[in-house]
Amino acid sequence: MGDMSEFSLPVRAFIKTYRWRRIDPVPWAPLKKPLSESRVGLVSTAGLTLSGQKPCSKEVKGGDPCYREIPWDTEISQLVENHRSDSWDHTGVEQDMNVAFPLDRMRELLEQGRVGSLAERYLSFMGSVTSPGRMVRDIIPLACDNLLRQEVEAALLVPV
Amino acid sequence: MGLIAAELERHGISTVVIQLLRLVAEKVRPPRALMVPFRHGYPLDTPNDPAKQIAVIEAALELLEDPALEPPALVDFSPEARG
Repeated sequence: MGDMSEFSLPVRAFIKTYRWRRIDPVPWAPLKKPLSESRVGLVSTAGLTLSGQKPCSKEVKGGDPCYREIPWDTEISQLVENHRSDSWDHTGVEQDMNVAFPLDRMRELLEQGRVGSLAERYLSFMGSVTSPGRMVRDIIPLACDNLLRQEVEAALLVPV
Repeated sequence: MGLIAAELERHGISTVVIQLLRLVAEKVRPPRALMVPFRHGYPLDTPNDPAKQIAVIEAALELLEDPALEPPALVDFSPEARG
């Protein structure tokens, strides 16, 4: 596992004492058909946007819950990283954004027939939302509707 | 991430979350998570190493296909076991 030692003491204390929202009951949606016949989406909290796309705000108290759409066929070089947090090492993402937003890997899975199809637009959140009330009430349902309209059947969610 | 996954699952979309901290996963309880041993900023292992990245993604996809799992399914990534 990743562990807490990578964080500063204040961040460790925050993670331990933060009132994480417990999912209860835990919902469960088994695959309805093989992945090779399913449409797969990608959701990230790495704060990535397209070049020229307005990033989520770094100034919103408690974190900006917004997300941006990233087309599946975007070249990785067209992405910009805007994440507000300095509690993680941004070097890897700067070197290769596939390490947090695997655009190229997803296309390879499609080419290999491992997945049936890809969502036309992936979703990119910024994460670090410490006051998730509005996100849970308004934004996550919008994101869910977005993927349902794209007929997404399975999703890979990658934090940073 | 877990909160997003839960909403998707409630609407019939199967999800798998890459998870960096077990402590958080155990508190939040995402429906299906692959617990990886990497630092924050490196959820899919190593930059510019497609083979390592695809190994993590493949392990995550296999959780989607495992009919024996029950929620919350918090499964450790084991690169050694994958050869």
